[in-house]
Amino acid sequence: MLKFDHVSKTYRVGTFGGKLLHAVNDVCLEVNDGEVVSLIGESGSGKSTIGKMILRLISITAGSITFNERDVSTLKGRDLKEYYREVQGVFQDPFSSYNPISKADRVFNIIRSNFYPGMDDRDWNERLHRSLEAVGMNPRHVMDKYPHQLSGGQLQRFLIARALLLDIQFLVADEIISMLDASTRIDVLNLLADLKERGLAILFITHDLSLGYYISENAAILYRGCIVEMGQTEKIYDNPIHPYTRMLMEAVPRLDRKWEGAKADLKAKQPNLSAGCVYYERCPMVDKTDDCRMMRPVLHEAEKEHFVACWRNGSS
Amino acid sequence: MSLRVEDLTVYYQTLRGDVRALENATFSLADGEIMGMAGESGCGKTTLSNSLILLTPPMRYIKGRVVLDGQELPVSDIDGMNRYRFKEISVVPQYAMNAMNPTRKIGKMAEELLRSRGIDAHRVLPELKRRLDLVELDQDVLKMYPIELSGGMKQRMVMVLSTLMNPSLLLADEITSALDVSTQKAVAEMLVGFRDHKIVKSIIVITHDISILYQIADSILIMYAGQLAEKGPTETVIHSPRHPYTKLLITSLPKVGAKHDVTQLEGIPGKPPLLLDPPEGCRFRERCPVAFEKCVEVPPFLELDPDHFVACWKEIESNA
Repeated sequence: MLKFDHVSKTYRVGTFGGKLLHAVNDVCLEVNDGEVVSLIGESGSGKSTIGKMILRLISITAGSITFNERDVSTLKGRDLKEYYREVQGVFQDPFSSYNPISKADRVFNIIRSNFYPGMDDRDWNERLHRSLEAVGMNPRHVMDKYPHQLSGGQLQRFLIARALLLDIQFLVADEIISMLDASTRIDVLNLLADLKERGLAILFITHDLSLGYYISENAAILYRGCIVEMGQTEKIYDNPIHPYTRMLMEAVPRLDRKWEGAKADLKAKQPNLSAGCVYYERCPMVDKTDDCRMMRPVLHEAEKEHFVACWRNGSS
Repeated sequence: MSLRVEDLTVYYQTLRGDVRALENATFSLADGEIMGMAGESGCGKTTLSNSLILLTPPMRYIKGRVVLDGQELPVSDIDGMNRYRFKEISVVPQYAMNAMNPTRKIGKMAEELLRSRGIDAHRVLPELKRRLDLVELDQDVLKMYPIELSGGMKQRMVMVLSTLMNPSLLLADEITSALDVSTQKAVAEMLVGFRDHKIVKSIIVITHDISILYQIADSILIMYAGQLAEKGPTETVIHSPRHPYTKLLITSLPKVGAKHDVTQLEGIPGKPPLLLDPPEGCRFRERCPVAFEKCVEVPPFLELDPDHFVACWKEIESNA
């Protein structure tokens, strides 16, 4: 349904824009109907850039994103509006998504005036109640309130309800639960899972591996703009192949296992190599070769539905 | 025993009345103990930590005492506390990454900081450099501006500065929350290193991420809506908690290996009470699945097993 075809995003940085920063580098990714794909990476890995490119908040430097066979980047005017009827996003900080001086349900009115100008009140209210109920909220308890009167979890569910008012098929969920408390987190996560059951496709962007595992059947691990490992979630978690993924799995704090062995790696991130593996500088493998330094590894099928981009582990 | 807090109660003054953010906190910290403090946002974690070092308006001291190494701290006396701050008790604040002056080189800033505390910076410099080695920072950072450092480097730099005078107690407030998992692990392990090298005697680590505490803390204190709910050794609190809130909190955490279509986790229904006018008795009462008549009274924070404190009537009765 949504397809990334060799998508890159390059920024000019430095005093005179003389340097290039590859925020997203040659990414190919596919999300199918009713599928949840987790995009996992640390800060600066380009995961949010990918979400924003889908929502057309950032332009693409190279490659193409297609949604149901249509190129997203060329949509204009009416077509673009129709696109937003089907594709919506929810972001990390629910508190800054609202105007603190107007009531929180204003976000629904904006949808109404933009997308359903002709709808009468009865139909609209019915629609609104349906979508609030879909996110597990009682309209009587949450309507007509200011943002500060609602909890972070409620505000976040409001935003999802707002997206559901449109007949969306695809949701970009960018770190939507990282600012929520542990006790409400899981409710929002379960809500996403319910929406998936109803056929919604979700790109779940997160830095938390356990959340990714909980909800998605496919995952992609992103490092410095490149996908280093992708495939079925279980396969990646049970058998991480790329040294970066392995390091992440080791470092993630868990309640069923204590940290052990390898010391965490603190090397400052090196500037992008123009060629070669993006993880070259930090890679702990002893048998790094000239290939690693000179040539960018491509994703290779290490086992069924499990792809890795590493010269030492299968890329050929 | 390095720290003893007794009956500490601190409110926030607002136009609409007192917000009862911390009530009757009583606990102690052994020498060399790393205590983790966890709870939802607004439960009073940061209030408790701030009350120990910087109790400024709108915070208002109501009652209670704090004893550090046998000496009572004048927590309600803003100026009187200056003798202890930085030297006996120090803090790595929340958002420490923004705690440095952006217009000064880091070395210069450290010098000014030391001078403001009446310490000769040149005498301390060799020790400062040794500490930088300890956290794997290059000595050149002293010649750099904060903007030139990554988040993890800034965090480590602030940790070095905060602990330079070998304080007895270090308060670390959400120091790993803004970091990547790999840096997070390194910073958390360094905190343990500070204790192991006897640079600080004991540490209170505040975080909303319990899985980090499981990795580094010796004991865990769980707070709920301004009251202490449970304190005990890490293994006990994680694997056999007794307070219903702790139980629900721990089972609601997604774990690697838990999948939605196999085991559906559940959150805790409801939300914490407003502390402007909190309900009498146990504040978890309304969300608690095992609440009964007795819960309208405030449950005492009792040691039900050795070193395991719980504030729950149900558990107190079952123990009797």
